[in-house]
Amino acid sequence: MDPKEEKMKIITEEVMENDEDADAGREKTAKAHRPRRKRQLRTAGPAEMVSGRADLGGPQEAAPEDPDPNTQLLGVSARRGPRSLPPIPSASRTGFAEFSMRERMREKLQAARSKAESALLQEMPTPRPRRLRGPGEKDLETEFGTEPGGGTQRTPREDDPQAHARVKFRDSARKIKSKPPVPPGFPSAEEAYNFFTFSFDPEPEESEEKTKVRSRDGANQEEEEGEGEEPPVRGANETDEEELLRGKDAEDFLLGLDPAAEDLVAVRPADYDGARVRLQKEKELLFTPSRLTVPTYKKLPENVQPRFLEDEGLYVGTRPAVPRTTQNIVENRLLMQDPDRKWFGDDGRILALPNPIKPFPARPPALTQGQGVNAELETLYKKAVRYVHRSQHMIGSGDPPGNFQLDIDISGLIFTHHPCFSREHVLAAKLAQLYDQYLARRQRNKAKFLSDKLQALRNAVQTGLDPAKTQKSIDITQKAINEYKSEIRQTRKLRDVEQEKDRTLLKTIIKVWKEMKSLREFQRFTNTPLKLVLRKEKVDQKADAEAYEAEIQAEVSELLEELSEEHEQRMEEYRAAYQQWKAWKKAQRAKKKKKKHAAEEHPEEEGEEPLPGEGPVKPVPPEPPSGAVLEQQVRERAARSRRRPGEPTLVPELTLAGSVTPNDQCPRVEVLRREDVKRRSVYLKVIFNGKEVSRTEVRPLGADFRVHFGQIFNLQIVNWPESLTLQVYETVGHSGTTLLAEVFLPIPESTVVSGRAPTEEVEFSSTQHVTLDHEGVGSGVPFSFEADGSNQLILMTSGKVSNSVAWAIGENGIPLIPPLSQQSIGFRSALKRADAISSIGASGLTDMKKLAKWAAESKLDPNDPSNGPLMQLISVATSGESYVPGFFRLEQLQQEFNFVSDEELNRSKRFRLLHLRSQEVPEFRNYKQIPAYDREIMEKVFQDYEKRLRDRNVIETKDHVDGHRAVVAKYLQQVRESVLNRFLIAKRHFLLTDLIVEEEVPNISSEGSGILGLSLFKLAEQKRPLRPRRKGRKKVTAQNLSDGDIKLLVNIIRAYDIPVRKPAAGKFQQPARSSRTFGEKRAASPPAHSSPAPSADYPLGQVLVRPFVEVSFQRTICHTTTAEGPNPSWNEELELPFRAPNGDYSMTSLQSVKDDVFINIFDEVLYDISEDDRERGSGTHTRIERHWLGCVKIPFSTIYFQARIDGTFKIDIPPVLLGYSKERSVILERGFDPVRSLSEGSYITLFITIEPQLVPGEPVREKFDSQEDEKLLQATEKFQAECALKFPNRQCPATVLDLSGKTVFVTRYLKPLNPPPELLEAHPNNPQATAELVARYVSLIPFLPDSVSFAGICDLWSTSDQFLDLLAGDEEEHAVLLCNYFLSLGKKAWLVMGNAIPEGPTAYVLTREQSHYLIWNPCSGHFYAQFDTFCPLKSVGCLIGPDNIWFNIQRYDSPLRINFDVTKPKLWKSFFSRSLPYPGLSSVQPEELVYQGSDKAAAAELQDRIEKILKEKIMDWRPRHLTRWNRYCTSTLRHFLPLLEASRGAGVEDDHRAELLRQLGDYRFSGFPLHMPYSELKPLIEAVYSTGVHNIDVPSVEFALAVYVHPYPKNVLSVWIYVASLIRNR
Amino acid sequence: MAAVGPSVFLLMVNGQVESAQFPEHDDLYCKYCFVYGHDWAPTAGLEEGISQITSKSHDVRHSLVWNFPIDVTFKSTNPFGWPQIVLSVYGPDVFGNDVVRGYGAVHVPFSPGSWFMGRRPEYTDPKVVAQGEGREVTRVRSQGFVTLLFNVVTKDMRKLGYDTGPADMLRVEGQGLTHGLPQ
Repeated sequence: MDPKEEKMKIITEEVMENDEDADAGREKTAKAHRPRRKRQLRTAGPAEMVSGRADLGGPQEAAPEDPDPNTQLLGVSARRGPRSLPPIPSASRTGFAEFSMRERMREKLQAARSKAESALLQEMPTPRPRRLRGPGEKDLETEFGTEPGGGTQRTPREDDPQAHARVKFRDSARKIKSKPPVPPGFPSAEEAYNFFTFSFDPEPEESEEKTKVRSRDGANQEEEEGEGEEPPVRGANETDEEELLRGKDAEDFLLGLDPAAEDLVAVRPADYDGARVRLQKEKELLFTPSRLTVPTYKKLPENVQPRFLEDEGLYVGTRPAVPRTTQNIVENRLLMQDPDRKWFGDDGRILALPNPIKPFPARPPALTQGQGVNAELETLYKKAVRYVHRSQHMIGSGDPPGNFQLDIDISGLIFTHHPCFSREHVLAAKLAQLYDQYLARRQRNKAKFLSDKLQALRNAVQTGLDPAKTQKSIDITQKAINEYKSEIRQTRKLRDVEQEKDRTLLKTIIKVWKEMKSLREFQRFTNTPLKLVLRKEKVDQKADAEAYEAEIQAEVSELLEELSEEHEQRMEEYRAAYQQWKAWKKAQRAKKKKKKHAAEEHPEEEGEEPLPGEGPVKPVPPEPPSGAVLEQQVRERAARSRRRPGEPTLVPELTLAGSVTPNDQCPRVEVLRREDVKRRSVYLKVIFNGKEVSRTEVRPLGADFRVHFGQIFNLQIVNWPESLTLQVYETVGHSGTTLLAEVFLPIPESTVVSGRAPTEEVEFSSTQHVTLDHEGVGSGVPFSFEADGSNQLILMTSGKVSNSVAWAIGENGIPLIPPLSQQSIGFRSALKRADAISSIGASGLTDMKKLAKWAAESKLDPNDPSNGPLMQLISVATSGESYVPGFFRLEQLQQEFNFVSDEELNRSKRFRLLHLRSQEVPEFRNYKQIPAYDREIMEKVFQDYEKRLRDRNVIETKDHVDGHRAVVAKYLQQVRESVLNRFLIAKRHFLLTDLIVEEEVPNISSEGSGILGLSLFKLAEQKRPLRPRRKGRKKVTAQNLSDGDIKLLVNIIRAYDIPVRKPAAGKFQQPARSSRTFGEKRAASPPAHSSPAPSADYPLGQVLVRPFVEVSFQRTICHTTTAEGPNPSWNEELELPFRAPNGDYSMTSLQSVKDDVFINIFDEVLYDISEDDRERGSGTHTRIERHWLGCVKIPFSTIYFQARIDGTFKIDIPPVLLGYSKERSVILERGFDPVRSLSEGSYITLFITIEPQLVPGEPVREKFDSQEDEKLLQATEKFQAECALKFPNRQCPATVLDLSGKTVFVTRYLKPLNPPPELLEAHPNNPQATAELVARYVSLIPFLPDSVSFAGICDLWSTSDQFLDLLAGDEEEHAVLLCNYFLSLGKKAWLVMGNAIPEGPTAYVLTREQSHYLIWNPCSGHFYAQFDTFCPLKSVGCLIGPDNIWFNIQRYDSPLRINFDVTKPKLWKSFFSRSLPYPGLSSVQPEELVYQGSDKAAAAELQDRIEKILKEKIMDWRPRHLTRWNRYCTSTLRHFLPLLEASRGAGVEDDHRAELLRQLGDYRFSGFPLHMPYSELKPLIEAVYSTGVHNIDVPSVEFALAVYVHPYPKNVLSVWIYVASLIRNR
Repeated sequence: MAAVGPSVFLLMVNGQVESAQFPEHDDLYCKYCFVYGHDWAPTAGLEEGISQITSKSHDVRHSLVWNFPIDVTFKSTNPFGWPQIVLSVYGPDVFGNDVVRGYGAVHVPFSPGSWFMGRRPEYTDPKVVAQGEGREVTRVRSQGFVTLLFNVVTKDMRKLGYDTGPADMLRVEGQGLTHGLPQ
């Protein structure tokens, strides 16, 4: 079964449930139908799904007529899509329940009612659900009318309420009259029904009243009627509405109410007044405006003449047509209501706007009637039309072509000149032209218009000047009059010009006509039918003369007035000038005036005449003479331009009534000409957008040089027309076609449509030159009318095309015009549109001001609708809405894009934080979770950074106890930053290998096996070989690590020669002897490395020592188990977590980790603290103490770069270890006793690595600047390449980088340099001691690996003076300095580049003594013999001397197994040889080192500060215990420390011990001096912490701490710290 | 502070690595992990996962179906560094060694992006495909694609002023492409 169908079934079944709910308690007959219905539903469901139209039709149409919500619900659910189940809300179920309840009630009511009422109840809406019908029955529902018929098929009960509702209702209305009375206030059902269904007949009272009213004035009637009628209707309305709101159900209940409420209301007849009385009353209240015309005087203010603006030449527009009587009534009413007359204009009419009615109807065409209601309701299917957005010029291809149509009507062509024109034709054309001109002028009749205007203006001035008539303020009128006057002046001038033109034109016409007549006479034939008739119109001579005279007089008086005004003005000017002049020269005045008076007659000068006399000048005297002159002038002008009085008006009329002389009567030339004309024919081409689209028929040229085409071309266009051209072609006989001219037609406005377009004549002219051999005058060639050939004329072929272009109108009356949006935007057409501004654009706007100016100057009538768009445009443009700036702005939208100002952006803390992080500023590089809001960012986040920026140049001494070192630290910081920046770019260069792990493709030729061999080998490989081979660990780049991922693995294997305890506290009396015993034993004992010394020596039976190892790293501490004896074996792996600073596991960050791994060896001592011997039997009370024996310190950076550290290290044991002594178990190398003795001490074997293995940063693959010779550099590369090829693991730095990042040849660093003189003076006779002292001095300079300072980017070599200034450097610097000192001491010394433990690649110094070589560790100051097995240097790569480099090409590189004789080229490959001699490179080192003396005071101060700080620290580390300081002990220790410095920690132990014992006999003392070079405080603190002295928690413990700082030259400081704990013995 | 409004927004992603089309390979499994910026922190769910091995279906589509669920929730203060899921697909080669068959990365809600890798070589860190730095040294080619389905729910983004569209709930079906051969 189809899933859809199934779903439908579910729906229908649910509906069926509802049915059952609803039908509960109904008649049983219905049940009988149910099974059948069910079946119908099943079949109906899918069927309805399939037939969409039927599906829609059924329920939709049924729904509105069916009041039952149940069916609607069903309809909705049936229409649902197949996916979603129909939600049948539970609410609807309750609805059913309610409904059935109500119905039961209704049934009871029904039983109670009489039989007559039963019909009414039956038609009440029943909640019976409408059922889905079978497909066969569907059509019955589609039409309204057919339903009742179809209903008979089913149960009548079902159909009745739906189909016959209306009919029944009406019937019941009739029946209900017999119903019991309804309670008053509530209309009965009948009333309610009637109200809505009946059309009310006028009530008898009202009709009576109407007749009465009609007898009165008709105009009053309707108002009266409305007033009388309305109130009762409204009353009924309201009550019924209220009632209706309660719904039909409520009505049902109300029907059953007891009608007892009737008693509460009294019934009275309506009040009635007699008609006469009523009329009387009304007369007092009512006013009937008269229909008679109101006299104008009533409408105007008193004594005001009506003024007609139209007569004054102003545009007033047409008024809307209103019947005269209506106007009269309104005027009367207005006069009655509003005595102010403000409703009336100056002309005495009601103020009115121009007629708004458009001349043509805009109503859409009415729908065709006929099919009836159903046809109109029918919905039509229309295919969806895709809207195509059209571009400017292209009409989308989606439109059918020819959607737009341009009709070009070419009616004809007239030549105004043609080569074949005869002379007569020329004149005729001229005459015709003039006549056309005349006609045009006469049509406009400008002279008349101007005359009228002049008249109106004069009248206005007259009325304005009359003081009796003027009631308004004089100022205004005066101003208005002045304006009028100037207007009059202008108008008069214009009128004169126009009149003169008219007259001249008329004269010219007559003249041409005369010429033509004479020509005709002369040539004795007539070519043209033209005939001019002058019609004389008689005029009333007397009236005419009077008007003429009046006009002249008016003009004269006006002119006079003007002149007098002018005169007055000049007088004013003159007076001012005169006053000045008068002051200057009084004496000459009279003479000069007289002269002038005699000379001039001009009014201006005349004014000056009376000036010598002091009275005011009167302009009257000079007027009469000038008045006559003026009149004379005016008359002359009038005679010129105007018709004389009494002269008849001449009206020329040009007719074609004349006859043309036939051919046979003409001379031969003329006949030739006429024949030539006949041979000629003309046609036009229509060129649209530069393409020919059609052409007219070829028509012969008529004898009158007119061609009639009368063709209409319908251009169905696709493109918006850009140009429309007609080309005029002329063919002569069969000879050919010539293009005469092109005529450009304007594109019509969109309002110009076919049928309404006027025919226009467009002129054209040709440049062709034609000379003809007959009577024709030709074109472009001179000819003359005169016999002597004078007065030549040149005429060009020209003519007019009469045409009309318009948009066609489609079938439905819609003009076929492309939409406005795609029309090319022209200024002219834009003016016509309302949205002119937007379409014009900026270029148009710039002209707007000019346009406004022009409009103001030309006094455009703003009221004229034809000027309307222009005025609107100007007002919009000048109102400032579209402001056109006077400047040009690049990126003009930038401002708009700035959503926040720059300052605000900078102020945002969040933005700043993000910015700094993205810049990788160290403080913020790994800042996580930058808060989302500014307010959540604490200001202190930036404090450190800001402080750093601020202090960049400020030296701070707080952190650095010593001033000089603060400077150095700062300097170092700056060098570091600059170097970092330099290498930042280089670091970003990635190689494929950085990103991709790719196993190398096995090479067949390479040793081992090829691909095949390898795989075969692999197959044969055992899964778990008996002897597994070590596999390299996978390296991990640091970028994807996080906290806890990296672990430091420390494998502690064993130790040798751990100091052993001296006899316990109780036996302290013979310490010296015991010590000596061991000493003797040491000398005598055979090599015995494994077994601890016999415990028999110890009275208490304790082992010699119980050492354990504690590894502390980043304050995490791990320790091994406790072993026993001086040569313990632990073989334990300790795991310490590693945390990178700031959680940054990038390479640079890891490289600069400064943390050290401290491997401390402790002795675990058990003390019995049982206070009572009796308890011993039952329990032990011991306290564990740990005594620090020594430490090995390995920097993390070494581990990081070495990946693993494996070897035996010398334990750093303090020179004095109270309570312990060395029990030697010496490993003797055969035969090298003297050397061996040098390396005494304790050793520990370690294996340290990092898990997972980290890939150390690679050196920068970048070539750097160099000042070395290019040849040398090439040699270097070659040398290094050769070396690397042979021994890739042996390092051979031929060039190194100096501090400024430049490549320098390495030998330049080596040069004898003077050690501090103090050191040389110390042991003047002992070169060995001096050498040791120098080495110690060098080792006291703090060690700081380059990887730390320069973030592992590169290894920089500083020169010795830089090194001493910086007081920090790594192995190279130490080695270089030491080597230079040795060289200066006269030793043979080399720099050894090799690998050592734990440093890895490093630099040592090799010196050659008399018989042997010594290897010096420059960082520790220790020296080793070549064959010392404990020498940390494990391999030798090359030796560097001041003038050469020797690369180790021996088979072995261990110092034990190589020969240091560099002169043997088979063992040592030298850089400079015979082929490349040493060029004598200058050294980069200074000539001499300058040492300042040591500052003892500063050292003392520093000493105090360090001591204080350390004491505080120790107290801090013991937060839960009291820390007591034993001052006595401290001072003892303080005295002891300088001795240690003097002896460099050797040979003072015993004396010191004795001294301490003497002084502190009662204490159990545990302590040791620490010695370190001084760089910073932190390492000191760490060292003290790592000893764990503070960890003793014996309650009575006391501490002693002494610090001694010994200054060496150049501020090199040696720091001694003596830490001790004391426990009082009881 | 809490009264003022949230200071972080949450992004909950669940979905699945549905299937893949690798015409040349069979028996593949995939690993996924998320790469996100500094301001993002996962609060719940799994950041990484490794799927079961799947075999090709036997119909014409030959799709490798994992239906491997992804469920992770991030919190963040900044949309910068929006999480990307990085997929790496592995499978056995002729010798039975696990080799990488492809990489792909796609931002969590929309913005499909694709990066792919060769046969034997592997990125030192698969997260490289979600980054730009250093990519210029590699050349890759697509050999297949993986279909992912994400259901993304965000919380408080609108409150923090980030409008991500008409609704805060998005259902995006994206495709991360994978795989290539060395060039």
